[in-house]
Amino acid sequence: MSVLGAERIKLFSTKSPWWSSLATVVFVVGFGMIFLLTTASLVREDGPAVPFRVGVSTTQQGIFFGQMVILVMAALAITTEYRFNTIKTTFQAIPGRTSVMLSKALIIGLLAAVLGEIAAFASWGLGRLLVTDFDLTIRTADQWRQVAGAGLVFAITAIIGLAVGALTRHTAGAVTALLVWAMLGEQLIGAIPRVGDKIQPWLPFNAGGHFLGVGPNQNEGAQTGTDLPYNAWGAVAYFAGVAVVLFLVAVLVVNRRDA
Amino acid sequence: MVVPLSFKHAVRGQVGGAMIEARGLTKRYGRTVAVESLSFTVQPGRVTGFLGPNGAGKSTTMRLILGLDRPSSGDVLIDGKHYRDLHSPLRYIGALLDAKWVHPNRSARAHLKWLARSNGLPKRRVDEVLELVGLTNVAKRKAGGFSLGMSQRLGIAAALLGDPQILLFDEPVNGLDPEGIHWIRQLMKRLAAEGRTVFVSSHLLSEMAQTADELVVIGRGKLIAQSTTGEFVERASGTSVRVRTPQLERLRTALAGTAGTTVRVDEGALLVNGMTSDQVGEVAATQGVVLHELSPQRGSLEEAFMRLTGDAIEYHAEEAGEHLHMQGTSGGAKE
Ligand SMILES: Nc1ncnc2c1ncn2[C@@H]1O[C@H](COP(=O)(O)OP(=O)(O)O)[C@@H](O)[C@H]1O
Ligand SMILES: [Mg+2]
Repeated sequence: MSVLGAERIKLFSTKSPWWSSLATVVFVVGFGMIFLLTTASLVREDGPAVPFRVGVSTTQQGIFFGQMVILVMAALAITTEYRFNTIKTTFQAIPGRTSVMLSKALIIGLLAAVLGEIAAFASWGLGRLLVTDFDLTIRTADQWRQVAGAGLVFAITAIIGLAVGALTRHTAGAVTALLVWAMLGEQLIGAIPRVGDKIQPWLPFNAGGHFLGVGPNQNEGAQTGTDLPYNAWGAVAYFAGVAVVLFLVAVLVVNRRDA
Repeated sequence: MVVPLSFKHAVRGQVGGAMIEARGLTKRYGRTVAVESLSFTVQPGRVTGFLGPNGAGKSTTMRLILGLDRPSSGDVLIDGKHYRDLHSPLRYIGALLDAKWVHPNRSARAHLKWLARSNGLPKRRVDEVLELVGLTNVAKRKAGGFSLGMSQRLGIAAALLGDPQILLFDEPVNGLDPEGIHWIRQLMKRLAAEGRTVFVSSHLLSEMAQTADELVVIGRGKLIAQSTTGEFVERASGTSVRVRTPQLERLRTALAGTAGTTVRVDEGALLVNGMTSDQVGEVAATQGVVLHELSPQRGSLEEAFMRLTGDAIEYHAEEAGEHLHMQGTSGGAKE
């Protein structure tokens, strides 16, 4: 418990997590609204001819951008410790490195989850205010998942960021690796002719997005109607699995090497 | 200003106090052997100096004591336990390895607060140590804006937070002004007088001669000596006295005739080993020799120390290596 408390004080006693938190919500809501308003006006003009429809998940299309901020924030939670050598002070105070890593994961995961919920519901709420001629009421369990699921996806995202941060120990390295992977790598691999479609479901961030009905796997979208090897919960379980494996490797490495 | 150091009791450690024991400690970084088969003990109730030229392996040893780096072989025990097995280690052992190991955007107070929290120490202890090191007024300021002296004080506050029986300081006076140096020396003596185990490193014998009661001396990773400071200083410096006189030959003959004394001529002066300046003066008086200079050679101390810890040429080579190493780590490529 004391380790958890220490990590909490550490996280909130510098300004950058506050800014990251704000950025997360602003990105999700901002990009979500741009997407929603654009889609809505397209559908209004062209009617059924447009291969989109406007629904609850249309309000959630900014999630991905918030996820990127979460990745960076989580990586920073440990790379700054290496950068300023406070990691040595940390391990001096708490020699049990596994408990340090678990505490960090819990604190940053919780923060990410809270931000995910705030951002997702803010997007949905604001969307309903801005677009009144489409039905944006949450009714089905799927729709609930698509909004309320953001917290879970953000928490998993944070664990991935933390793990990669711990493995690289460098802010620049970690951020580059994470953003190239999530923003570029997955898109490029998915675009490879023929095999791309087969690999796509196994790209972790795609799987996480599928759980929320966003990203290239989405069923309601135009891109694919392919049969996916998992349902929504399977997708998020896979995403979580990847995060857990990465995190375990990070814990192992942190325990073994010199501080 | 007398602020009690301890919030429990200062008397505690006197009986069977805590000690550090290194046993065959070896650490390699790739092909560099930083520390080799190092065995020594650090006892409570006195200041033990950890002396060695730059690159000798002092900081490495300190990191090994704190479980930050893993030994390649051998081990080091604190009170009979490995560091990693200590529960709430700040209550046993406090350390200041590098004053800059703080987040520059975190306030001094927040820095101490998370440390206290991590070891279940009461919050009021944070204010106590801030008061103790004289940082109360700047407690809310970001540690990144601190001068070296203030950072050093913050580091010491952190080390004292858990009221530990053992304290480690790695080159604590480096770069400090005379006032800061004096403050740290007094503090270390006071901590030892309270029965604590104080282990402090330096690359300057002259510095250690003023603070340490006992010395652990290393050179190129290996133990050279563990003895009292007095013994070591004597061994390192001999008792060299420089004398100038117009009757050089006469004095030389008289001095050389005394048992246990060696005399050599150096730039028109005599260098006498094995005699105090008092004794040399007395011999000169009985011989009726006029003296133009009679000075104990304190300056030779560091030189003699360098001779003991590895010859000067290799030392310079190592110093260059250390420089490269520092550049490497500031780039962060540290393994
Ligand atoms: N993390 C490290 N990686 C590689 N070499 C190191 C590391 N730490 C220390 N060394 C090397 O080990 C030797 C001892 O260094 P150090 O313990 O810093 O000496 P001191 O503190 O006595 O100046 C030096 O040659 C140094 O370059
Ligand atoms: Mg050093």
